[in-house]
Amino acid sequence: MTNPKSEIRNPKPMVVGVLAVQGAVEKHIKALERCGVHAIPVRFCAELDDVQGLIIPGGESTTVGKLMDRYGLDKKIVERVGEGMCVYGTCTGMILLAKNIVDSDQHRLGLMDTTILRNAFGRQVDSFEADLSIDEIAGPPVHAIFIRAPYATECGEGVLTLAEVDGHPVLMRQDNLLASAFHPELTDDTRVHEYFISMVRCQVSPRCEQSVPQVSRLFDK
Amino acid sequence: MTDTQKSTWQTKVGLAEMLKGGVIMDVTNAEQAKIAEEAGAVAVMALERVPSDIRRDGGVARMSDPQMIRDIMATVTIPVMAKARIGHFAEAQILEALGVDFVDESEVLTPADDLYHIDKHAFKVPFVCGCRDLGEALRRIGEGAAMIRTKGEAGSGNIVEAVRHMRTVMSEIRKLQGMGKEEMMTEAKNLGAPYDLVCWVAEHGKLPVPNFSAGGIATPADASLMRQLGAEAVFVGSGIFKSTDPAKRAKAIVDATTYYDKPEMLAEISVGLGDAMPGLDIRKMDESEMMANRGW
Repeated sequence: MTNPKSEIRNPKPMVVGVLAVQGAVEKHIKALERCGVHAIPVRFCAELDDVQGLIIPGGESTTVGKLMDRYGLDKKIVERVGEGMCVYGTCTGMILLAKNIVDSDQHRLGLMDTTILRNAFGRQVDSFEADLSIDEIAGPPVHAIFIRAPYATECGEGVLTLAEVDGHPVLMRQDNLLASAFHPELTDDTRVHEYFISMVRCQVSPRCEQSVPQVSRLFDK
Repeated sequence: MTDTQKSTWQTKVGLAEMLKGGVIMDVTNAEQAKIAEEAGAVAVMALERVPSDIRRDGGVARMSDPQMIRDIMATVTIPVMAKARIGHFAEAQILEALGVDFVDESEVLTPADDLYHIDKHAFKVPFVCGCRDLGEALRRIGEGAAMIRTKGEAGSGNIVEAVRHMRTVMSEIRKLQGMGKEEMMTEAKNLGAPYDLVCWVAEHGKLPVPNFSAGGIATPADASLMRQLGAEAVFVGSGIFKSTDPAKRAKAIVDATTYYDKPEMLAEISVGLGDAMPGLDIRKMDESEMMANRGW
């Protein structure tokens, strides 16, 4: 018999999934492993039952959206988010999390109260690197890589903008959802992943406020 | 304004990273590009004739009409690639000016320079180049290619050359991993490859840029085979639009590239696709007909 109280005292080791239907899967798994977290690729609905957090990596949003739809992953992700699973979407993931995508009827999860413009900074030759100051992330600026990147043109009331480029939101949070237009998995800096892991930890353990001050500060707002 | 650095090595290789696990499809017009996007392609390669038609027609194959490339860019939201002849840096400059997302310095077109490939570091747009072995891959990376694809034999509908080239690259990588540091310079000389890149591969056990497969993929099983042999994504040229039901086959190859290691799923994916493109027996081809032998 499992005693729920003992589960809190000895929580199962945290597992974070990386949606592995297409895109920069391996880089996210490596980044999570560098943070000391067990990471698994996710291609089947049943695998979503084993993870407390999910990263939707960069890739092509139309491709990933179609494959999620064809194999029922979209409905299962929405269901698991309702149960408290945290999701972090990078680039493609940020597009797929959004309620609205400018000039597009492509498949999406529609979980985050954002409107996203795809390829907002231009085509590939306009892809860029920049240093971002992010209040919630301690230390020097985060060096961010933007590749055919989107940004948010509108964010709903429940959405907190954590970083901007020229006034456009590029890192946002809404409850158990996190989205970035850039690719922290392409650098050695794991602070954005650690931030996401702290969100997952908060969902798993109700005592998180003591260990993760930055996130509890967000909850006060 | 946020201070930014554009078109860095990181952003070039980064786009290649984002295409992993996907299918890049050859298309010759906007209508085909739409079919490819609908099927789930991660990118399209815009060209006037697919390789099997280039092979049939003979003559000199050049960069495509910019208007055709523009039409395709205006039709789809996924990245658009286009081909320049080997060594033809002026064609590459034009493709960059058009704003394509990747330039393929490709053996499918007639080479413009029999000595030198393009200095790809000089461009803002990223390049993909073909290879038949590890030395060729590292020479292209040394010149600035942000993605490598094994060549296979384009337009043949025959997977045997793609398998040979991928197996050769992977086998040479494994061989390097078993060598001592003192063997690296000799091996660099034998491979005809930059020393630093040879050392990098020996240490990491893979190429420093994503490694895709091209040239001969015609079925979902072909895509699965190449992925299992080490390809991180696949290019499909003539294989889709030379088959009897392109939309269905394109979708099936996309699904097979994701679930490449699940035979039960591949069995379902491969059902009822109509006829694959007609193929060529490589053994009956003359040396001069082999596109893979172009470039060095």
